[in-house]
Amino acid sequence: MKKNIVIKLENVWKIYKMGEVKVPALQGINLIIREDEFVAIMGPSGSGKSTMMNMIGCLDVPTRGAIYLDNQNIAHLSESDLAQIRGKRIGFIFQQFNLINTLTALENVMLPMIFQNKQREERIKKASELLELVDLSDRLHHKPTELSGGQQQRVAIARALANDPEVILADEPTGNLDSKSGHKFMDFLKDFNRKQGKTIIVVTHDKMVASHAQRIELLRDGRIIRTIKNH
Amino acid sequence: MIKDYLLFAIRSLRNRGLRTWLTMIGIFIGIAAVVSLISLGEGLRFAINSQFGFLGTDILAVTASGGFGPPGTGVVNPLTEKELDDIKRVKGVEGAGGRLLENVKFTFNRKAAFTYAASMPDGEDRKTIEHVINMGVQRGRILEDGDKGAVVLGSNFLEEDNPFGKAIIPGSKIQLQDKEFKVIGILEKKGNFQIDGAVFMNENDLRELVGREGDDYDIIGVRFNENTNVKYISQDIEKRLRKIRDVKEGEEDFSVETPASILASVNSVLLGIQIFVYIIAGISILVGGIGIMNTMYTSVVERTKEIGVMKSIGARNSVIFSLFFVESGLLGVVGGIVGAAFGFLGAAGLAFVGKLALGSEIIAVQFSFWLIFGAILFAFVMGSFFGTLPAIQASKLNPVDALRHIK
Repeated sequence: MKKNIVIKLENVWKIYKMGEVKVPALQGINLIIREDEFVAIMGPSGSGKSTMMNMIGCLDVPTRGAIYLDNQNIAHLSESDLAQIRGKRIGFIFQQFNLINTLTALENVMLPMIFQNKQREERIKKASELLELVDLSDRLHHKPTELSGGQQQRVAIARALANDPEVILADEPTGNLDSKSGHKFMDFLKDFNRKQGKTIIVVTHDKMVASHAQRIELLRDGRIIRTIKNH
Repeated sequence: MIKDYLLFAIRSLRNRGLRTWLTMIGIFIGIAAVVSLISLGEGLRFAINSQFGFLGTDILAVTASGGFGPPGTGVVNPLTEKELDDIKRVKGVEGAGGRLLENVKFTFNRKAAFTYAASMPDGEDRKTIEHVINMGVQRGRILEDGDKGAVVLGSNFLEEDNPFGKAIIPGSKIQLQDKEFKVIGILEKKGNFQIDGAVFMNENDLRELVGREGDDYDIIGVRFNENTNVKYISQDIEKRLRKIRDVKEGEEDFSVETPASILASVNSVLLGIQIFVYIIAGISILVGGIGIMNTMYTSVVERTKEIGVMKSIGARNSVIFSLFFVESGLLGVVGGIVGAAFGFLGAAGLAFVGKLALGSEIIAVQFSFWLIFGAILFAFVMGSFFGTLPAIQASKLNPVDALRHIK
């Protein structure tokens, strides 16, 4: 029996206007991602990777086509509704970690829960648990500037998991890490996929990163040109 | 929720340390100016009101000086016994008494100082004046007809820190213009330096002491029937005096003052000063508010990426708006609190200097909770108001563009 569909892109187009010129970043993407999958979206720069991530992450809406998140078309939602969906269902991990520098590790992990109006006690408990999960229980009250790159990216994983999202969306997550931290990071990601059944989508140009995925979607010039299954 | 926003705001303001303080200076100066000057103004008003406030509503004073400065200084055309008798005949007047006011050299404990000496008339008139200045003693007794070489002192003389370095009590011997007098009583404290710091003696003694012969007076105190309108009484007295002194209306060389009329004119001057202070402070706060706006716009640009991150992890536009709005409001409030504190200290300092320089407490600080509360609230409102546009700009940022923003 096939697993439930988490994300479905249906003939998605994204066209940017640069002055008078129209630049198509995505040209009719069709993609289905199911529960528990670990998918890598791979392509060189300029292939439309980032635009694709923005679409899947509900950061932006397509010019044409439909995007279903749990069977809900998000293509016409307002920014505030999109924010609510992102906060609940998608956990972002960025290349530059993007932690808030004025907040401690614990507070950074608590942040998405604040946006979902969770109680303070619940936030602290959950955030501490998550940081323990990524081996950072001794760094709860450190600011991001006091942490190494690998540690910062692990805080970012904990933050991505704060609201128990169905999907974790990582954009070049190992791009700013040395290879050892990069491997450790990918191991954590695979763990969350296997043990907690999180759907994981990694956007990358790095073959090593993509090789951890069960499925690789190759992107060129805004089109998916090939799908590779690892298992 | 708001607690979390406050926490973020405090972190972010702390993070910008020096710039935060510089921004607050504008608000700070405005609030400090309002709090200090209004407190001093209120103190002055309170002091002046208490100078007159202890007096009854059934009294008035006729002075020959024309102004409302201390009588006895530079009187041109003194009042006469005849004028006193005429005033007594005005309908509604129950009594009147003439008094002399002089500056005399006061020596005690081998130290000398100039003080204010006032005379008390004899007989019925004495009772009237006792009522007019609400005379009562805390030690000894008040003056009576026939007392000679006797004085009653204001309450300041009883204090240890008087200019003579020693409290003066009934029974003490003092010298006025090198002539010896016996202290027979100390008056109750009035909070009015014209009485608390004055020497009282019978009219004959004072005339003899300063060599002032005749029947002229510096001031006439009048008591009238409580059921009579003070306005009509004053007008009647003025009319009568104009006739006797042969002056036209508007050119009087005397004036009829009631506690209420003096208060009204003082208060209207003080009100004018207050409005002026409010305007100046308002301009300062406006400039301060624009400073807050500028800082917040800069902050929005600097934190564009942070805004993008927050939006991507679920912050709605309203959350981003609140974060920046609370931050600018906090800038205003903290500026207001610091300003109010400095305003308080400044006012207290000025009052202290004033007390040292003048030796009186006319420059006092009158603190009103509502002034402080209002000033801080106003600072908050200004901070929030000027933070609104930057906060709207922050909230409307597109998350994709914001995330791509490079510092």
